[in-house]
Amino acid sequence: MNSKFKIFLKGIIDVSPLMIPVVPFGLIFGVLAIDVGFTPLQAMGMSLIVFGGASQIVLLQLFSGGASSLVIISSVGAVNSRHLLYGAVVSEHLSDLKLIWKIIISYFLIDQAFAISNEYFKKNKERNRYFHLVGGGAACWIIWQSTTLLGIILGSAIPEKLGLSFAVPLTFLALLVNDFRKFTNLVVIIVSGSVATLGYNFIPFKAYVIVAALAGLLTAIVLTKTIKTK
Amino acid sequence: MSNWALILSCGIITYLTRFTMIALVKKEMFSDRIREVLSFVPSAIFPAIIFPAIFINDLGSFQLENNPKIIAAIIATAIGIFTRSIIATIFSGLASYWFLIFAI
Repeated sequence: MNSKFKIFLKGIIDVSPLMIPVVPFGLIFGVLAIDVGFTPLQAMGMSLIVFGGASQIVLLQLFSGGASSLVIISSVGAVNSRHLLYGAVVSEHLSDLKLIWKIIISYFLIDQAFAISNEYFKKNKERNRYFHLVGGGAACWIIWQSTTLLGIILGSAIPEKLGLSFAVPLTFLALLVNDFRKFTNLVVIIVSGSVATLGYNFIPFKAYVIVAALAGLLTAIVLTKTIKTK
Repeated sequence: MSNWALILSCGIITYLTRFTMIALVKKEMFSDRIREVLSFVPSAIFPAIIFPAIFINDLGSFQLENNPKIIAAIIATAIGIFTRSIIATIFSGLASYWFLIFAI
């Protein structure tokens, strides 16, 4: 077995515990996409083209609320802006690669794969270490696509009375459980949530997500600065 | 804009957030300060989805009383903080929501 394949497999094995929460996410996405009026092909296309769970659910949420395309696209960009940080962090490990590999790896730079490969890169410096990120990303890709498909199929069988759309705030809540423990994060969460709720009916073009996110980030900038200068 | 054009645009912007830094930036260009602020991105964005989905009802108005979503979200948050488990958070929230709307 060559070392590239070994590292690729290691990526898959390392990422597998993080795969479990992806399953309900993918199912919920598939079910809701059909629910808000996308065709099965479009729902599947979204998972294949965007390949970003949280942003895809934001897309559905805003789409069903009648937001304009510009607002939806910029909200998706805002939600995914965290990838800029991931890219910057892993770029030093990928700087020797050919452009074609950078283009391929970029598609797989998702939360879970970044989390495990960043740890791996810190400890392993072999030349083919980037295959770890490809392995982790590919494993997530398979789970995400298959659960989306399953959600699309199940979608028509799930009664609306179950109120499954409530799973959307719950899934995002689940992503923040560690942040609730930190004071600065808690303040940012409350500011952003309050601005969004109060502005929901007043901020035009359903831009409340962007306005609230900016208010939250501004709070974070001010708070982290004052805490440090004290 | 057609649905497909929307999906494609969202895909392009998402891809660019992943590719830009890998292609153009060296690690040193990101100061610790920028990295610190970016670490707050999830805390700043996700509540903007969570809060309205809980407090705003289907008719688009703020609803504080007789709102099972608030109670279910509080239970889910408590379970989440306690267990740190994504799955436990989602399912405890859904289970308490179903209990509140169907059993009571």
